[in-house]
Formats: sequence, C-alpha cells, structure tokens
Amino acid sequence: MQPFEVIEHTADIGIKAYGGTLAEAFANIGMGLFSIMTEPETVDQTEKHVADIEAPDVEALLFAWVNHLLFVFDVEHLLFSRFDILQFSDEKLVAECWGEVYDPGRHEIELGVKSATYHMLEVDREHNTVQIIFDV
Amino acid sequence: MSKWSGTLERLDNHRWRIPASYKPGMRVDGLIYTDEDMLQDILSDQSLEQVANVAFLPGILRHSLAMPDIHWGYGFPIGGVAAMDFDEGVISPGGVGFDINCGVRLLRTNLSEPEIQPNVKQLIDQLFRDVPSGLGSSGRIKLKSNEIDRVLMQGARWAVDSGYGHPQDLEATEERGQMASADAAHVSAKAKQRGAPQLGTLGSGNHFLEVAVVDEIYEPETAAAMGIGPLGQIVLYIHCGSRGLGHQVADDYIATMVAAMKHYKIELPDRQLACAPLTSPEGKAYLAAMSSAANYAWANRQCIAHWARESFCRVLGRPEAELGLEMVYDVGHNMGKIETHEMDGKRVKLCVHRKGATRAFPAGHPDLPERYAAIGQPVLIPGDMGRYSFILVGTRKAMEEAFGSTCHGAGRAKSRGAAKKAMQGRAVLESLQSRGITVRAGSIGGLAEEASEAYKDVSHVVRVAHNAGLSRLVARTRPVGVVKG
Repeated sequence: MQPFEVIEHTADIGIKAYGGTLAEAFANIGMGLFSIMTEPETVDQTEKHVADIEAPDVEALLFAWVNHLLFVFDVEHLLFSRFDILQFSDEKLVAECWGEVYDPGRHEIELGVKSATYHMLEVDREHNTVQIIFDV
Repeated sequence: MSKWSGTLERLDNHRWRIPASYKPGMRVDGLIYTDEDMLQDILSDQSLEQVANVAFLPGILRHSLAMPDIHWGYGFPIGGVAAMDFDEGVISPGGVGFDINCGVRLLRTNLSEPEIQPNVKQLIDQLFRDVPSGLGSSGRIKLKSNEIDRVLMQGARWAVDSGYGHPQDLEATEERGQMASADAAHVSAKAKQRGAPQLGTLGSGNHFLEVAVVDEIYEPETAAAMGIGPLGQIVLYIHCGSRGLGHQVADDYIATMVAAMKHYKIELPDRQLACAPLTSPEGKAYLAAMSSAANYAWANRQCIAHWARESFCRVLGRPEAELGLEMVYDVGHNMGKIETHEMDGKRVKLCVHRKGATRAFPAGHPDLPERYAAIGQPVLIPGDMGRYSFILVGTRKAMEEAFGSTCHGAGRAKSRGAAKKAMQGRAVLESLQSRGITVRAGSIGGLAEEASEAYKDVSHVVRVAHNAGLSRLVARTRPVGVVKG
C-alpha cells in the first residue's frame, strides 16, 4: 500500500495518508507534508528532533502535529524524511523526526506550506486513514 | 470535485442569493457578487456551500457575502465577508485567514517606462538582493530581546521610528499601520519566536514585488488625487503579510476556539469556522493577537518599502526625492475589523471579517486620510504575474451593501497542483520573458504554482466589482518586472 497520496483543492493542497495503524498514518502525513515541500530523497537523516504533542482529541492532535512540524521548519529550518512514532494515543503523540537543516544548494523548495487547516480534516480509525488540507 | 447543487436565486446581473431556507441553521441569506460566466466556475466546487456555512455563525448580520473573486477556501470561502454584531456575535480566526493582514502596498514614482527600460533587469536583481524572500527566509533586521513586542504594539510606526521610511507613509496606511486593539501579551512565545527572525521578508507563495507601468486610466481626476498618471508611469506593488507570526497566531487561536465552542455551546457545520463570542475572554484575546499580527504585517511592508526605495535609488543613481516613490496606499485583505456601520438608520458596532476581501470605504468616511476624503479609499487589486493589476476606489454602495468591502485579487482557477503539472516553472519563466516581463524567483518550482493560467482573469473580476458598484475602476497597470518569494 502506498503511504500517502496528494489531494488537490482549488486554492490548496493536502495529503491523505494510510498506515497499518493510526500512528503509522500520522507518520505518513509527515512524509507527505515534506514531499510537497521538497524532494524527501534529498533530505539526509542526520538531525533528530523529538516532537511531544498533546491535544484534546485526535483531530486536534493531527492539526497540532502538522503545525508543529511547520513551526520547527520555520524556526530551526529542519526538513524531515523519517518519522518514528514512539508514543501514540488520541491525545498525545511523541515522535522522533529525522532530517537535516535546509540547504538551498541541495534542497529545492517546491511549495511553501503556511499551516494545517481543519477543512476536510478526517481521521478514519477503521481504515487507519487520515486526511488534512494545508494552507499554502 | 462535485458540482454544487444548492439553492441559488438570481437577483440581477451581478447578484445571486442563497436563501437562508437552503440549510437549517443559516441565520441570514448568502449573497454572491458575480456574473453568468464566472458563476459556472464557482459552481464547479463547494465554495457556495461555504458561503451557506458562514451564515450559521452567531450574530451574523444582513448576509454571508461573497466577492467576485470567490473560490473554495477552508471554512470561509476566499472572497468571503461576514459582519457580526459586536455584542451578540462571534469572531472566527478562520474568517480572517492564516496570513493575517496579508495585503498590498502601492508606491508611485516620477519615472516613466522608457526611463527605466534599460535598467529593469538590474532593478529586479537589486530588489531580489535587498528584500529577503523565499520559504524560511530570515530578515536583515536583528531585533533586540522583547523588541518584537514593540513591533506588535506599534506596527508601521515602529518601523518608521527605527529608520525605515517616513512619517507620511503612515498617513497612507490603513489604520496608520497600527491597530490600537493590539496586545502583544496575547501572542504566544512560539509565534514571536517564529516571527522575530522573519521581520522584513517577503515570504513565499503568491507574495511578490511588482514593478509595473500605468497603461490605462479610467478616472483621470481620481487617479491624479492618488498621484497616479500620466500613462506610462512606473509604480511598485508590495504584496505580503505577517509571515510565520500570523500563521502561528491563527493556529494557536483556532485550537483555542475549537475548545471554546464546546463551552459556549456553538455548533457549526465545519470546524474550520471555529469561533468564540467577541465579548468572551477567548474572543477578546484573539482580537488582541490578530491586531498584533496585523501590526507586524504593516511593519513588514514598511521595512520592505524602505529597501525597495533604496534599490531604486541605487540602480538609477538618483535621490529618492527625485524619483517620487511616495506611498499611494496600503490596505489589508485578510482581516477582522471592529467598525461602525449604519443599519436601518442606526449606527451599529460590528466585527467585519474580510477573508480575501479588501476594505473599500467611500468618500467622506472618517477613517480615511484627508487626501482621500473627497475620492474614497484606494483599493489595490493585484492580478497575476503575466497580466494586469488594478487600482480602484471605494464606493457608497459597497458601504451600504457589503459593509465597505470588495474583491482582493484574481482568484484561483486551478488547484496549485494542477497548475504545476500543466506547466513547468521554466516554461512559465520563458513565457513571461517573451512578453517583456523580467522575473526573479526564490524557487523555480514555486514559480510554476503562480503562473497566469492558475488564476482567473483579474480584469474580469474587477469589471464585475465595478459593474456591481462595489468599487470603481481608476487605473490599470501591467507588470514589467516581478520578484516572487
């Protein structure tokens, strides 16, 4: 099964991610996010960032997860190409995010993402599928 | 994407209505400004469902409005306007947008097209060097600790006091570039951490600097009052917003509002519309944080204008006073504003959400600078890189019907992904160059996202705004050089 697919929306773009578990689908949302920002194959896994996120429910957790990754990119300029989820529940996610600092010489930025949105946000527990639209 | 098949009634050539009876829970009708041609495009996605959903928001008055450049957004449509009663209504971060006070600043010059023709490439290169752009770009400004709070409280005034531009620039800025409702204490540490290094940067996406030439004047007297004209005059547009700071404020408060809605027992068809009463602690905190982000955006555009002036002077080897480079106006198009409007003969305090819509106040409005008292507020409508941009002016009809609002841009015709597949960035670059437009972009991939073909024709959008009476056409410009983030 493919880990994620890109969804198109008039003004924006989103990701639908799949997994054997919901945690894996969340990891694949991260992969999808960076795949639309750059070429993940060009991102070496030399830096580790530990994300520790809490939210009142699983939808809010997804929103917070994506926004956390965008925050880390803005502040630390880190691009990621691997996510190991260490802890996962509806209200909490702890993940090791592997990547490296953005290097304009090696990383082509294809699309800037401003934020996650709640628009068409879906968490499907039955199929371990999650979907999110970004504001770009 | 499925075609929208809700209830739509034609009122006249430029207005369509979604009756409140369309969906149980709508508090007012939806009112869409468009024409037959554009309507077909609008019906191809779910943007009209979003107009109907906005009508659910507590305290919404008169109509859930859609401007002629309406397209599908998230929660609110882009081009959506909604006014809420201040005492009974709500404020919604989604109704303002992620890029708080994204807006347009226009500078006029004493230069003519032939004068700068030999230097256009050099000028665009210089602007590209002097104004940091691109994703994750950091600025030239090193803020001292806590100075970000002064930026958030003082906006463009902070920039002028710090040596970026002139006091008279503030006269030509909406709110004089400083919302009094700002309170930096309601902006999170994360937002400040994100925003501080990015102050004075253009950003990425659809943000740009555009050197353009005035190529059509519809109202010579009005144009002259703005310092626009004669034909062939060079002007400069700056389009950008509040960068990561605004995005973080939006994220923080959408999360706050999602939680608060349960407390206030507000139920809505879309979580992206999350809101809280204007008079609640959450509503007040968001208004203060949003106003702070708006101030950041004005400071940002003020700094960028300063460097752009320096770029012009350096390349042309002439002093600023000789080149002109005075501000025409600066106006936002992603904002929530507390305004007083006349409704049924009474003066009512409102919160007007403009999500991808421009304020368009008429002549005589007390909030306008003296120089525009007789003509009305300049409205700045950027198009895409390859076609036109427009200068319009606010009208009484916009005030009466649309809470003093009009369109904000071309509106997207294709999803960004589809545009990217259709045309490679390189091809876009060549196509623009073949039409005599010099382009510098942070990312070639990003350039493909912003090709003319990805947008509706802005000429059509402003024509509808003009014919519907939401604003009047004053002048048209075409780009000669563009810096894209």
